[in-house]
Amino acid sequence: MERPETLLTEAERLLAGASSETDIEAVRIRFLGKKGELTAILRSMGSLDPEERKQLGAAANSVRDAIGALIDEKKAALSGALRNERFEAERIDVTEPGRAYRLGQNHPITQTIDEISEIFLSMGYSITEGPEVETVFHNFDALNAAPNHPSRDLTDTFYITENTLLRTQTSPVQVRTILSKKPPLKVISPGRCFRTDTPDATHSPMFHQVEGLLVDEGVTMADLKGTLDFFAKRMFGAEVKTKFRPHFFPFTEPSAEMDMSCFACGGTGCRVCKGSGWIEILGCGMVHPNVLKVGGIDTEDYTGFAFGMGVERIAMLKHGIQDIRLFYENDVRFLGQFV
Amino acid sequence: MLVPLSWLKEYVDIPKDEREFCDRMIMTGSNIETVKTFGDDIKNVVVGRVLSVRPHEDSDHLSVCMVDVGDAAEHNEPLQIVCGAPNVREDILVPVALHGSELPGGHRIKRGKLRGVESNGMICSAGELGFDDKVSPLLHKDGIWILPEAFPVGADLVEAMGLRETVVDFEITPNRPDCLSIIGMAREAAASFGSKLRYPEASAAGDADAGTAADHISVTIHKPELCSRYIARMADTIVIKESPWWLQRRLMFAGMRPINNIVDITNYVMLEYGHPLHAFDIRTIAGGEIIVDTPETDVKFTTLDGTERTIKPDMLLINDAEGGIAVAGVMGGRNSEIEADTQAILVESASFNSNSVRLTSKKLGIRSEASSRYEKGVPPELSEAASVRVMDLLRKTGSGRVLAGAVDAYPGKAEPAAIRVRAARMNKLLGTDLTPAEMAGILTGLEMDVKEGDGIFDVTPPYARLDLKEEVDFSEEIGRIYGYDRLGVTLPRGAESSTFTDSWRIRAIVRETLTGFGLAEIQTYSFESPKSADRTGVPQGSGKRDFVRLINPLGEDTSVMRTQLLPNLLEALRVNYRKNNENVLLFEIGNTFTSAGTDELPNERLSLAIGGYGAEWDFFALKGVIEALLKRLGIPEARFEANAAAPTFHPGRCADSILRDAGTVTLGTLGEVHPEVCGAYDLDVPVCAAEIDFELLASRTDLFRAYAPLDRYPAVTRDIALVVDEAVTALEAIDSIRAQGGAILESVKLFDIYRGRQIEAGKKSLAFSLVYRAADRTLTDGEVATVHEKILAGLTEKTGAALRDV
Repeated sequence: MERPETLLTEAERLLAGASSETDIEAVRIRFLGKKGELTAILRSMGSLDPEERKQLGAAANSVRDAIGALIDEKKAALSGALRNERFEAERIDVTEPGRAYRLGQNHPITQTIDEISEIFLSMGYSITEGPEVETVFHNFDALNAAPNHPSRDLTDTFYITENTLLRTQTSPVQVRTILSKKPPLKVISPGRCFRTDTPDATHSPMFHQVEGLLVDEGVTMADLKGTLDFFAKRMFGAEVKTKFRPHFFPFTEPSAEMDMSCFACGGTGCRVCKGSGWIEILGCGMVHPNVLKVGGIDTEDYTGFAFGMGVERIAMLKHGIQDIRLFYENDVRFLGQFV
Repeated sequence: MLVPLSWLKEYVDIPKDEREFCDRMIMTGSNIETVKTFGDDIKNVVVGRVLSVRPHEDSDHLSVCMVDVGDAAEHNEPLQIVCGAPNVREDILVPVALHGSELPGGHRIKRGKLRGVESNGMICSAGELGFDDKVSPLLHKDGIWILPEAFPVGADLVEAMGLRETVVDFEITPNRPDCLSIIGMAREAAASFGSKLRYPEASAAGDADAGTAADHISVTIHKPELCSRYIARMADTIVIKESPWWLQRRLMFAGMRPINNIVDITNYVMLEYGHPLHAFDIRTIAGGEIIVDTPETDVKFTTLDGTERTIKPDMLLINDAEGGIAVAGVMGGRNSEIEADTQAILVESASFNSNSVRLTSKKLGIRSEASSRYEKGVPPELSEAASVRVMDLLRKTGSGRVLAGAVDAYPGKAEPAAIRVRAARMNKLLGTDLTPAEMAGILTGLEMDVKEGDGIFDVTPPYARLDLKEEVDFSEEIGRIYGYDRLGVTLPRGAESSTFTDSWRIRAIVRETLTGFGLAEIQTYSFESPKSADRTGVPQGSGKRDFVRLINPLGEDTSVMRTQLLPNLLEALRVNYRKNNENVLLFEIGNTFTSAGTDELPNERLSLAIGGYGAEWDFFALKGVIEALLKRLGIPEARFEANAAAPTFHPGRCADSILRDAGTVTLGTLGEVHPEVCGAYDLDVPVCAAEIDFELLASRTDLFRAYAPLDRYPAVTRDIALVVDEAVTALEAIDSIRAQGGAILESVKLFDIYRGRQIEAGKKSLAFSLVYRAADRTLTDGEVATVHEKILAGLTEKTGAALRDV
């Protein structure tokens, strides 16, 4: 009778040569099956003395377990190999293009307005809108524009009648807000504006502005600086510096223009900032008492600031667009760049 | 405003470092457009004297000149130079660019031959030396620059003439006409740098034996509201000549062309003080009388430029005893112009009403240097200083003899009013803690008279500062001189929460949905051509022709406000099609405008347009997009009904999107665009487009979603196929199925439409999948069968359908 260890060696040899489930099964039957060789050894043990039986039994069991483990191992290896074969057969060229899905996109002007609005929404400003066709009162008179101010001329402003016009700025929404609500007022107002400019690379008869207005007790020019500095850093990057220069607007006093250190060169001077290191971004100032008085707001108790920025200008700066007319031509090769 | 720094420095001390000067001026409110330096780019150009001129043998316009350039040439030999200027002649001083010299713009001059004749340099014009053509002295503007003074021959031209200069171009805001002058800018500089403003020393004392002006002339103002002051002074024994170089030089760097001494002096004083002046030939003033008045009726009048104008009764004229001699503040008359033989002049220094000058100049279409200054305001107190300065310069330049005194009509004289300014209020606006003394220091630095008591000032600004009218105006003065950069940087207190309108939110959702389907948002002009109504087939009398018209459009294409979005969208498609862009799908959300009556604001209504062309874009693609959008907005009940009467669309491929709940509401119209409309936009591809009333859409939008329990009981699905006449619509069949289906019919889906074999002509087969389900039990076969039979019967009755084996 063969020694169980010999059987193990033989089983190992056979399994090594097995190349299919059937081959493995044959091995299992030969050694572990009911009529298998190991089974036969175990069955034959009754004739042995107890000490021998114990030794042989332990050896046989150990070999049975070992063969069983070898079979499982071989099975696993074989099924892995089969799967790999299948995978190989199913291999695809992952560098082939993906299925083409169409992506649409908001117009770059909409995107810029949204970006600006989000920053002010995060600071607690509400969005309010006004009509594109306005009254002379809302667009000029109530904004403290002198009766003979040249911006009122037909050469600057589109008129519908003597008393109605296409608004030249979003500032009339300030007037509407002041007339309809009590302070504290904290609004921004994006929208379309119109001036009689013949279209060229830097002029458009229609453009967009975002106007801002805050009226409350104790608002100072320092608050204006802080707010707009925060805006510039959020919009153009934390490293951006701002500078406030005195300027003139009829509806603010004091008035200022805000320049921003050039985001392209960091302030050393380049083509974007025309060598100055600074870029003019927006106009602002403390709301003129004459404007607050239109809404019956007590100008001793309440002060406020207002600001207005050109959306096209900001979009052009941010994206390096050289020609404002591209916005209104709506060529999909242009629009698609802002997906 | 062009400010030559050497001129400015005559009145105020400023930092040597030009960069430091500019930076501070910008921060105190005088923004700078450009800084230009002259002279540094001119090298090796000297003063030369033309000794002889002979014609060039091979040319009818060139001359061969011998030019003495002193010791600038070897052995003091005269140079032979070929010159093409018509005004070259013997015995004049000229700029000579020697061999190896450099001129502005990087031009290098070399010895060479011109048509065979050696030329050892170039005789230059003012333009070649870097001056703009519009400032070249009138006498020499079409030729070489004949130098106005006896500069030493051979001397370096830049040094001899003082051509090195820095000119700063300041951007002057419309509220600061005082800064349109060298003295005004000097006042700003003095305040900015804490230095003192020095006014020019000027005297109008009469010359001996010249007599007094009042003996010859009189001034009467009939319209004091249009002319608050009129000062007339006189000079005689006038010699019209070229101005001295120092005066020409300043004019040229400040952007004005030297013409002759009289014109130059009035221009010089205008630039210096910001006050326009005018000189009349006294021979032409009938009766020696100046009468400031408006004409009773229209009068014809010829201005200096030779144009005959009609002066209306609302325009102010300067008259003599016989009639008009100048349009006040706008332009002088041909009849009183200074001539070469003018002997005596009357110099007008007057203050005219700014609005009157503005309207007159606008109506006459004349915009002169004087009118543009009067429009912005010229204070009457300035008239005296300006008129004195003119007399002073007439004498100093040897241009004539000054008559003593002035005739000064000043009906508009007003005492300067002090303005009350509270220091606490200033700090409250600026967010500062400035002391009253600090504030007073700033204000006095700006030449204001300040009386202070207990933190309250009575401030009298200099008369040139027409912009300072009320307390708040001084907050900017204090803020800008103190420095905006020194103010704090804080965030306002207060915690408001943000809100926005439903419309704003729904617009965002519509954009998000449509861009999700691959559509590109466009933005087109709010105005359009009135022809767009014709191009899109809008019938006469339609509300879409109820245009809001612009009085002053840029052109017909942008002359009316749009009543619909489709035309501009089709225009955008045209642009894309012309550029061969494929598969173009666009949408726009924007306002449309219809008239609400004269002087009423028009009805502004937001609209949504969708449209495009391309391989996968047809009516049903468009309809699918709209259906999905309606679903996103919670408007599931919209129906699509054929509309054969929409003129913009193909009559067989157009539908209205309709809500039928409380009444019938048409949300919008969609369809294949009519081939003629496509033709009008040069689109020879099928275009499918829609326009939807956004306001209606928004009013019906319901963004709230209630939870419905998920199905617990199984569904029973039955398919049916019908053969119906072509005229029967899918919607009719679905309506019929729904009407009979009752509560257990969960859904109806049209999954196949078949025409062709086995179906007789003029008919079609429609296949529906019907899903039955009850929320509270499993349906029995019997229940389903009963309803299904009812549905089939209903279909047969309503649509004449024949059942087809599935």
